[in-house]
Amino acid sequence: MCLPAAAATQSNDGESMTLASHYSYWMTILLMITGLYIVVARGNLIKKLIGLGIFQTSVYLIYIAPGKLIGGTAPIVAEGFKIYSNPLPHVLILTAIVVGVATLALGLALVVRIYEEYGSIEEDTILEVERRDEADQEKAGDRS
Amino acid sequence: MRDFFVLRVIAKLLIPFMLLFALYVEFHGDFGPGGGFQAGVMVAAAIIFYALIFGLPAARMLVPDALVESLIALGVLLYAGVGVAGMLLGGNFLDYFVLMSDPVAGQHRGIFLVELGVLITVSSVMLKIFYVFAGRGRDAIE
Amino acid sequence: MALLVLAMVVQHNLFSVVVLFGIYSFLMATVLVALDAVDVAMTEAAVGAGISTVLFLAALYLTRGDETRPLHRTWSALLVSVGVGGALVYGTLGLPAFSDPAAPIHTHVVPRYIHEGPKETGVPNVVTAVLASYRGFDTLGETTVVFTAGIGVIALLRRRRRKEGDR
Repeated sequence: MCLPAAAATQSNDGESMTLASHYSYWMTILLMITGLYIVVARGNLIKKLIGLGIFQTSVYLIYIAPGKLIGGTAPIVAEGFKIYSNPLPHVLILTAIVVGVATLALGLALVVRIYEEYGSIEEDTILEVERRDEADQEKAGDRS
Repeated sequence: MRDFFVLRVIAKLLIPFMLLFALYVEFHGDFGPGGGFQAGVMVAAAIIFYALIFGLPAARMLVPDALVESLIALGVLLYAGVGVAGMLLGGNFLDYFVLMSDPVAGQHRGIFLVELGVLITVSSVMLKIFYVFAGRGRDAIE
Repeated sequence: MALLVLAMVVQHNLFSVVVLFGIYSFLMATVLVALDAVDVAMTEAAVGAGISTVLFLAALYLTRGDETRPLHRTWSALLVSVGVGGALVYGTLGLPAFSDPAAPIHTHVVPRYIHEGPKETGVPNVVTAVLASYRGFDTLGETTVVFTAGIGVIALLRRRRRKEGDR
């Protein structure tokens, strides 16, 4: 739980760049590169999708965090509140989450189909099967 | 799952409230947090919960596949239909001001209908995705 | 949260990775509440911790993949990630500080949404007003994307598995 703590302790000192003022960006980037690392370094397709999910949540944060105003409240207009956090990124990310889960389901469907075709969800095994098939086809082509 | 008495009773108690809360989130979304996307996911989650506890065939009997598939299209059509209705009544596409005599009331009604369309599409797509995944496992066993 | 993510990197058992991902989504929802994005937090809690966990478990069951192999291409991957991260951190140096009221994000269309939105649409929740009314086209597009993804999943998985002899 890094970000709320950061939000609570930060001072609103405007111009000068401090560790606190950009902490939220850096945490987001940490999450982002972890997701990227999982996607690149892991051969398992489901693990890759989880990495993409982490990457995606970091994008949510990079949109939402700049919209927060300290002392502000959620953007539901009511009597007695003057400062509201920025509603626009909320709208964009709200739809992005639902679209994200729909595309995630599409990705998982593709993984299931790949498993049925190749018998594995490991990248290198799939490539091996692919290479073997190609070699078989070449052999068949030579014969004909 | 069918043998867990406690789970069955709790599920029966909880599911009506889950659906009710989804409807509250949908229709109170103008005044508090909420809206079509959240409510759609909640409706789907309630029915998926039912399917997990009572088995997929029971859920498929409750909400048949054909109904879910037609609802997927109906939601998008409702959304686009609101836009076309605005055009027919003399405004632009998705122009809510002309839906009723009072512009603000027209806006309110337009938002209401659009959110309903979103609710229908999102919930039925999520439910259909779950059915397809779960049904595939069943085919594999047979 | 960062610890949880690191645990997900090193964990080999896919089932526990999926469970960790559910917990991570829930923590993310609490972070979003702290950032005043209540609508988004609600969606993230329902979608990330609920539906996507169920979908991941279903896919795990269908593919019977319990264990992942150890990491490969570790060093090049680490190099790429750290390089991208370093470039991004360098990019943040030019960004406005957290919660700076003078930042561009707070000065353009948003004041109009907040001040005029409730009057023009009669809806006090600005997020709903912007979502369904001001940016109705966007939302129509998003709904169509969800629709298309649903159709794609149906097309990929609906047919029964072919018999081995049919290939």
